[in-house]
Amino acid sequence: MANITRSPWLLHYDGSSCNGCDIEVLACLTPVYDAERFGIVNTGDPMQADIFLITGGVNEQNIPVVKQLYEQMPEPKVVVAVGVCACTGGVFKDCYNIIGGADQAIPVDIYVPGCAARPQAIIDGIVKAIGLFQERLENSEKESDKVG
Amino acid sequence: MVKRSVIPFGPQHPVLPEPIHLDLVVEDERIVEAIPSIGFVHRGLESLIEKRDFNQMTYVVERTCGICSFQHGMGYCETVEKIFDVEIPRRAKFLRTIWAEMSRMHSHLLWAGLLADAFGYENLFYQCWRIREKVLDLQEMTSGGRVIFSVNKVGGVIKDMDADMLKAILETIKDVEKELKVIKKTFFDDYSVKSRLKGVGILTPEQINALGAVGPMARASGVENDMRRLGYAAYSEIDFEPVVSNDCDCYARCYVRIMEIFQSIDIIRQAIAKIPDESDLSVPIKGNPNGEAFVRLEQPRGEAFYYVKANGKPNLQRMRVRTPTFANVLALCEMLKNTEVADVGLLVVTIDPCISCTER
Repeated sequence: MANITRSPWLLHYDGSSCNGCDIEVLACLTPVYDAERFGIVNTGDPMQADIFLITGGVNEQNIPVVKQLYEQMPEPKVVVAVGVCACTGGVFKDCYNIIGGADQAIPVDIYVPGCAARPQAIIDGIVKAIGLFQERLENSEKESDKVG
Repeated sequence: MVKRSVIPFGPQHPVLPEPIHLDLVVEDERIVEAIPSIGFVHRGLESLIEKRDFNQMTYVVERTCGICSFQHGMGYCETVEKIFDVEIPRRAKFLRTIWAEMSRMHSHLLWAGLLADAFGYENLFYQCWRIREKVLDLQEMTSGGRVIFSVNKVGGVIKDMDADMLKAILETIKDVEKELKVIKKTFFDDYSVKSRLKGVGILTPEQINALGAVGPMARASGVENDMRRLGYAAYSEIDFEPVVSNDCDCYARCYVRIMEIFQSIDIIRQAIAKIPDESDLSVPIKGNPNGEAFVRLEQPRGEAFYYVKANGKPNLQRMRVRTPTFANVLALCEMLKNTEVADVGLLVVTIDPCISCTER
C-alpha cells in the first residue's frame, strides 16, 4: 500500500437496497469504524472516484444510473458489491423489478455478503479493493510505459 | 422577465444516502417548483406475498427499510395477529416497545448526523454517529443484528432480554443521555446552526393538514399527531406526551427529533421498570389467517399504515404498507417553493426521507 501515490476515493450509491447496508457503509466512515484511516476519502463525485461501493439488487429504473456512474469513473476502478442483495438479489431476488445483483448491470470485483453487511465485512471489502486498485494502477502504468 | 431553468437534483447526490430525483424549476436562485420522480428503489416487495407464506413475509417486510426495520416487522405482525384475534404475552409487548424505542433513538441520531452533514458541520455529524453506535451495540446485544433484528414473529417475539441485558440497557442509555445533553446544546444554541435552521422551510399547520404530513414534520408545526397514543404494543401502559413545537421551521423539526430521543430514553426506562416476568414470549398460531385488518403505528418518521387481507391460504391475498415518507414528500415539494437552491439539500434531509420505505 505504501507505493500508492494518491488516496483512493470512494463513491457510494444505493442501487435499490433496503437502506440497511447504506447506513452500515456510512457507519464505516464514522469514528467507531473509521475506514478513512486506510487513506480513502468518501466523495459524491463519480469522476473523482476510484472505488465504487454499490448496495442493493438494482431495479430496472436504476440500471442506467448505475451504468452511468460506473462509466463516469476514471480507469482503473474497482467495484465492491455490499450486502447479499448486491451479490445475488438476496431476499428480493424473486421480485419482478429486481435484476438480481449488481453484477447484472456492471462488472463487480469484490462481493461483501451479509444482510445487512457488517461494518467489519465492509471494511474488509474496502481493504481488498484498495489492494486490487493498486494492482490495476501498476498494470496500467506498465501498459503506458510500453506505449510510451 | 426572469428566465426559468430546470436543475436536476439526484438521484445520485452527496447529501442523499438514497436515490430520489427532483426537478427544480428555478428563477435565478429561487425555486419556483419542485417535481419529484421516484422509483429508483422500487423492488415490488408487496408482490412477494404470492411467493412467500405469511410467516416468511415477516422477514421480507422487515427489509422494507433498514432503519425502521424492527417497526415494519412489528406493524406487520400486529396486523396478522389482529386477523387471528390473538393477544400476545405481556412481556412480548414490552420487549417490542423497548426495541421500537431503541430503533427510534438510532434513527433520530442518524438523522441528526445527516442534518449536521447537510449544513456542513462535519464534527457534529461524527459526534451524533459516535453516540448512535452505542444504541446499535445494545441492539446487537439484545437481538443479534445491528440494523435488521428479525426478532418478531406472528404471535410474539423470538428472543428474550435477560436481567443482565436490561441492566446494560439502563446503563448505556444513561451514558447516551449524558452525551446527548452536550450535543443538544450545540443543536439548539449554536449561532451558526441556528442561522442555518431558523425560519427555513416553513410549513403552516394548515398546510400540514392539507398535505397530510405525518410524524415529527407535523409535530414541529404544532399538529399533535402521535400514533403511539393508540396504545399498540405496551404504549397504553406508558406515560408520555408527544413532543410538539409551534415554530414550523427546520429548527422546530430538529428540536422535535432531538427531544424525542430523550423521550425514547424515558419510555425505555418506564418499560424496563414495568416489564413483567413471564417465560412465554409468544402464543401458538394455528392454521392460516382469514379476514382483513389494518394497524397504524408511529415510526421514527411518522405514521405507518399496514393493511393485510387473507383468505385462509398460507399466502396472503394483499399486503399494503403506507409509509411516512410517502406522506411527507408532498410537503417537501410545497416547502421547497420560494427557497434558495443552496437550501435544497438541507430541506430534503429535514423531512428525514426514507426512500426505500416510500417505494418498497
